Amino acid sequence: MSENWIETCAAGVVEREDVIRFDQGERTFAIYRTADDQYFATEGLCTHRKVHLSGGFVLGRIIECPKHNGRFDFTTGQAQGAPACVDLKTYPVKLESGKVWLRLD
Amino acid sequence: MTTAPLPKRDYSITGPETKLAEERGLADAQWYASEIPRQRMRELMQRRDGPALFHTILWFALLTGSGVLGYIKWGTWWALPCFLVYGVIYASSSDSRWHENMHRTAFKTVWLNDVIYEIASFMVFRESVSWRWSHTRHHTDTIIVGRDPEIAVPRPASLWNVFLAFFSLKSAPKEFVRMLKHCFGHMTPAELTYIPESEHHQVYRNARIYVLIYASVVGAAIYTQSILPLMYIGLPTLYGSWLMVVFGLTQHAGLAEDVLDHRLNCRTVYMNPIFRYLYLEMNYHVEHHMFPMVPYHALGKLHQELKADMPKPYSGLWEAYREIVPALFKQVKDPAYFVKRELPPTAKPLLT
Repeated sequence: MSENWIETCAAGVVEREDVIRFDQGERTFAIYRTADDQYFATEGLCTHRKVHLSGGFVLGRIIECPKHNGRFDFTTGQAQGAPACVDLKTYPVKLESGKVWLRLD
Repeated sequence: MTTAPLPKRDYSITGPETKLAEERGLADAQWYASEIPRQRMRELMQRRDGPALFHTILWFALLTGSGVLGYIKWGTWWALPCFLVYGVIYASSSDSRWHENMHRTAFKTVWLNDVIYEIASFMVFRESVSWRWSHTRHHTDTIIVGRDPEIAVPRPASLWNVFLAFFSLKSAPKEFVRMLKHCFGHMTPAELTYIPESEHHQVYRNARIYVLIYASVVGAAIYTQSILPLMYIGLPTLYGSWLMVVFGLTQHAGLAEDVLDHRLNCRTVYMNPIFRYLYLEMNYHVEHHMFPMVPYHALGKLHQELKADMPKPYSGLWEAYREIVPALFKQVKDPAYFVKRELPPTAKPLLT
């Protein structure tokens, strides 16, 4: 389903151990880069209160929501405990031609 | 500032004000946030174990030291200052430990936050799971009437209730009744609005553990025919909470309700290093509410970054209380009165 891959941003746009927001139509995503230059993507809003995770804090493989400190493992989407109780949806990501690509459903 | 007279408001979070807040777009709303470069924010959000380890070890040392001295001096007047210190450490400074570890920002190591959170919750007499969700709601809807379960001084202000708060004489019995309800597997209607069902069993379990511990302490007091065991667990809530209230009232009392800008409903108060230690820098309250992922040890730096976009901070508790006390007196008769914080020209409150 190659047509489902969409270009999100240049790889260098995301700092190491950081996250950015990427919007596609009405959908919003969070694109992460780890300290060892791996890229991941999840839905962009915290499952707790729909706050943009791009304002949050990346610590290793954890994203912490900026509003209530809810934590998720952004590599799996797994919620790490209250107030984050519902897992995040994750999306496959690949690097191609210096760009970060995300595969939609 | 006085506006048109208001009818008496319902501060419960299950009443008509809840629906009104939702209709007015005040529930789960977008709040004002000062601009700060992402890189600088990332630096400020960095977690460290060192400061909290040092502060926590010192905290336990003060608790143990004053407790042991109190035991040795029990039966003499020297026990009084010992328990004064013990009570404040146990029941007042546990509030800020409870708070910072609830946010999991005190330590870099997650489990350390969780362990200290459980201990501090017990000490401050708040069942840990239900209060985590209560405080989460407080951050979602800070001082929004009908939504925030942690509004300390509802209007019209009751000075009697404020006085009782210094000794937890209203909050402790209320919390105890709530705990008993939890023991029997019941939630209050308010709790049902902010605690997910998946968490209820943990609340019930914790409440049973708390009550069992308190029952054991009461049993020990009866067995030894002495109130001494209760001086360590139980009574500190009554005789040691006063400093928590002194600090806590500065956070929001007398300020605006139903605004989506923490600069208008929170205070930042400069404090001396001892107070800042006991209070874990929560005196930077506007900054904390605006950016709760910044750990306590970086709030002073965050304050420096945001100063130009903030109302003038209070020079100390004296200046804060010179505003709070008259404001509460006015709110006794005039529930519409509140202190309007002056914002710098850059301010763009979304909704007032």
